[in-house]
Amino acid sequence: MNVVGQLAPLAFGLAVIGSGIGVGIIVGKTIESVARQPELQGRLQGLMFLGIALTEALCFIAIAVAFIPFPAP
Amino acid sequence: MNRILIIRMLVVLLLVLLFWLGTRNLKVVPGRAQVAFEFVTGFVRNSVIIETLGEKNGRRFMPLLFTIFFLTLGLNLTGIIPGLQIASTGLIGMPIIMAVVAYVVFVYAGIKEHGFFRYFKNQLILPGVPVVLVPFLALLEFLSTFILRPITLTLRLTMNMVAGHMLLVLCFLATHFFFFTVLADGNLLGLLGVGTFAFGIAFTLLELFVAALQAYVFTILTAIYIQFSVADEH
Repeated sequence: MNVVGQLAPLAFGLAVIGSGIGVGIIVGKTIESVARQPELQGRLQGLMFLGIALTEALCFIAIAVAFIPFPAP
Repeated sequence: MNRILIIRMLVVLLLVLLFWLGTRNLKVVPGRAQVAFEFVTGFVRNSVIIETLGEKNGRRFMPLLFTIFFLTLGLNLTGIIPGLQIASTGLIGMPIIMAVVAYVVFVYAGIKEHGFFRYFKNQLILPGVPVVLVPFLALLEFLSTFILRPITLTLRLTMNMVAGHMLLVLCFLATHFFFFTVLADGNLLGLLGVGTFAFGIAFTLLELFVAALQAYVFTILTAIYIQFSVADEH
């Protein structure tokens, strides 16, 4: 059986599993912290966005690598 | 002289005009335009710069960080303006330049504050680490601080804008296909174009949010890197 296709989108899809879980953990913990101390919401929201941007940085490097045309052997 | 350069020059001229008009007749009791202008600049000044860097260093680096924030915001926003639909930060040249400037500034700030060898010693050798692990850890920290930081700054900004642009292209091309090719042939499946059009609108609003968020993140990361370079060791 011969399976033909492109590997780059598959690789990118596998790479963002970890990022997705990471962002979920960050946002969940922020919501939990705001539930414990509602007056910190402004500060924690800023930190949450910063954490999301850092966690998703590797996703974006992965999609940049997916666009590089590696030469076929 | 192509379209991208014209868009960039237009955005820079617009920003200069906006700041000139905004700071022209400042009154103690502000009118409405001044309130809006002060809201945005006050947010950047207080929540991003003074909060991270403190008063003295904050004032020192404020021009650079203001430039980075408003330039990134302005260039990102052209991605959703109809007619100019390309985010100028989606092409890798502009983010590379901004990341190189941020890199040079944070290394320079650290070297000026601590001296050349003490700065590198502070950054690479963390306190409280057993001596056996120090070479390995120093190599890892060098890679992470001096090589990966500018690369991630560039790629984060570029790829966010590229991915957003491609999503919008997908949605609007699908709408065009459904309305003008499928529906014109009388096939009722072309009404799916309404769905893709709604998605197009939703993704445009998401792009607006992502543009502002990426400007904020670039600025606050540069401020944090400067703070890490300049801070005293424990």
